[in-house]
Amino acid sequence: MSGFARDNDSRLGAPAQFLGATPGCWLPIGGVVSVSKDLCCGHPRRRPCGPDAARRPKSFPAILSRRDVLLGVCACGFAQLTRAVTSTTAGQTFVTDEVAPGIHIRRGVDEDATRANEGAIANIGFIIGRDAVAVMDPGGSLVDGQRLRATIRRATNAPIRYVVMSHVHPDHIFGAGAFTEDRPQFVGHALLPNALAQRAEYYRVRLDQILGAGRSGPIVTPTMLIKERDRIDLGGRTLQITAHGNAHTDCDLSVLDPQTGTLLLSDLLFVRRVPSLDGSLKGWLAELTKLKTVTARRVVPGHGPASVDWPSASRDLERYLDTLQRETREAIAKGVDIDQAAKTVALSERDKWALFDDYNGHNVTRAYKELEWD
Amino acid sequence: MGLKKTGGYRVLAAVLAGSVILGGLQPAFADEEDNQDRAARWKQLQESIFPHRQVLDSGGIITVDAPPRALDAALVPIELRMAGNQPVKGVYLIIDDNPAPMAAHFVFGPKADPRDLKLRVRVNAYTNIHAIAETQDGQLHAATKFVKAAGGCSAPAGPDDNAALADMGRMKLRLLGDFNAGKPVQAQLMIRHPNFNGMQMNQITRYFTPARFIRTIDATYDGGQVFHLDADISLSTDPVITFGFVPHAKGQMKVVAQDSSNATFDHSFDVPGAPSG
Repeated sequence: MSGFARDNDSRLGAPAQFLGATPGCWLPIGGVVSVSKDLCCGHPRRRPCGPDAARRPKSFPAILSRRDVLLGVCACGFAQLTRAVTSTTAGQTFVTDEVAPGIHIRRGVDEDATRANEGAIANIGFIIGRDAVAVMDPGGSLVDGQRLRATIRRATNAPIRYVVMSHVHPDHIFGAGAFTEDRPQFVGHALLPNALAQRAEYYRVRLDQILGAGRSGPIVTPTMLIKERDRIDLGGRTLQITAHGNAHTDCDLSVLDPQTGTLLLSDLLFVRRVPSLDGSLKGWLAELTKLKTVTARRVVPGHGPASVDWPSASRDLERYLDTLQRETREAIAKGVDIDQAAKTVALSERDKWALFDDYNGHNVTRAYKELEWD
Repeated sequence: MGLKKTGGYRVLAAVLAGSVILGGLQPAFADEEDNQDRAARWKQLQESIFPHRQVLDSGGIITVDAPPRALDAALVPIELRMAGNQPVKGVYLIIDDNPAPMAAHFVFGPKADPRDLKLRVRVNAYTNIHAIAETQDGQLHAATKFVKAAGGCSAPAGPDDNAALADMGRMKLRLLGDFNAGKPVQAQLMIRHPNFNGMQMNQITRYFTPARFIRTIDATYDGGQVFHLDADISLSTDPVITFGFVPHAKGQMKVVAQDSSNATFDHSFDVPGAPSG
C-alpha cells in the first residue's frame, strides 16, 4: 500500500508527518518523488525513459497517459497489450491490460497519492465470468473506482456481483463507493471491519486533504466476510478467496482463478515499489512461504507490473523482508535504539526499490516494535 | 475517568487537527508567530506546573534529544541526559502542545544512576519538548527541543484493540552494555500495554476507545528505590523505558506498574539473569 505524499504541484504534498499520518504504511518520509522514474517501471535510480522523460520537470503532473504506459510496459517486457481496454473520463486515460483471458489489470503508478494521480497508485482490476464480474480491488479514490467501473462497462454487460477489498489500505479500497449502485457483495477479510473501524475515517480525512474535499470516497464496509477460504461463482468460473494471517496487514485476502492459473495477491506481493509493513514481519514471511507452494502461471502484485512469474517474483520481497528481519534483530541485540536502527537497517536494499526512503525507516520501526518482544 | 475525559479530548483533537491543516497551507509565514505562541504557551505551562518557582536555563545540568522530524508520531524516542555534576532528584518531561502536556515525572531513588534516561512518547503536533531537571537543592533547570511530528495522539493505536488488551502487563527487562557489580549499568524495561489515550475513535460505534494508560511505575532494586514514574496519556503503546542503576553482584529488580483502570502489573527480574520475557 502506500501513503500520501508530496508532489510539487499541491500543498497537499506536504510531508506526511505534517499531515499526521501514522499507522504503519501510511507514513512516508523523505524527498520529492519525481514522476518520470515512476513511469519507468518503478526503478528508482534508473535513468528516465520515454522520449521526453529527460525534459519532464519534477512537477510534471502524474497523469498516466496510454503512451507512457505502453512505453513503460514495452521497455520492461511485460506487455500483454493485444486486448487492452481503455477509457477516457474527464481527460484522464485509464488503461487495463488483459493479463489472462478475462482478467484485466490497471497498473498503478509507483507514487504516493497526490492530487495529480488522484490516488490511482495500486494495481486494480476485474475478472469476467459468464454471468458476472468480480472486481479486485475497487481503487484508490472514488474517481479511480468510477473509471474502473466505466472500463468494465465497456468490456462486458455482465453484472458486477462482487467487489473484493483486499485489505484496509486506502489506495486499494476507497474506490468501492463507485460500485454501490451495482449492489454487489463487498468481500473482505473477517478482520477488515475491525481495521476499518480503527482507521477508515482517519484515512478518509487524510485522503481528502490530498485529493481535495469530498474526493476520497465513502467508507464502504464488507458484506461478505472471509474467515479462512471461500469461493465465488462468476458462471463457468469459480474464484477461490483466501484470508491470510497477519502479514502485510492483519486483513489480507488473495484470489486464485484456477481456470487460468492466475493468483491475485494484492499487497502480499510488492514488485519494484518498496514494501510497506503494517501487519507482522514474521507473519508476512510465513505467508509467503505458504504462497510459494501455490502453483500459478502468473501472479498480479498489488504494486508493480500487472503480471509477473510465480514464485520467482517473490524473491525480491523475501530478500527485503529477510534483510529487514535479520538486521533489525542484530540492532536490538546490540542495544541500538529504535531511531538509530531506522537509519541503518536494510540500507543495502536502497537502490533496489522505488520510494525506499519514504518507507524503509517506518518499516524498521514496525519491525523493531515486533521483534523486540521476541 | 477515561470516558468523562474523552469529551474534552475530542474537542482538543479536532482543534489540533484543524491547526495542523491550516499550518500546512502557509508554513512559510507562520514561523515568527508560532515562536511567539510557543513562548506564551510555555510561560503558561510553567506557571501552572511550577507555581511560584523559578525555572532556570539548563546550565549544563540537563539536555534533551529527540529526532527533529519523527518517523512515527506515535513513537517518538526521547533521550534525557543529566550528566552535570549537580545531583538530580527528578526530571519532568513536558510536551507543550500535547492535549495533556505533562508526559512523565521521574523521581530517582538511591539505587538510580540518573545520568541517562530514554522513553518513547506520542506527539500530537509540532511542539517544543521541555525537560526539567530538579536538583537535590530544589532548583529547576530546563532544556528544550523542537520536534516536528503530528497526529501521534489521535492516530489509531494498532489494527486490533482486543489483541492489544489480551497481552497487557507482560514485561521484559534487559541490561544494555557490560555488567559489573558496583558500576552503573543501563537497563531497558518494556511493558505490554496499549496505553489508550482516549483519542482513538472507533468509527463504527462512533465512540472513542476509552482511555486506559499506565499511571505509575515503581522500580526497586533489592528493596531500594530506583525510580518512581508518574505518567499520563503521552507514553507510547507498549512503553519502553531505559534507565540507569547500580547493581550488586546479584540482586533483584522489582517493577510495579499501575494503570488508569487500577490494574496492577508486577514482575521481578534477577539481575544479572537470563533474559526474561
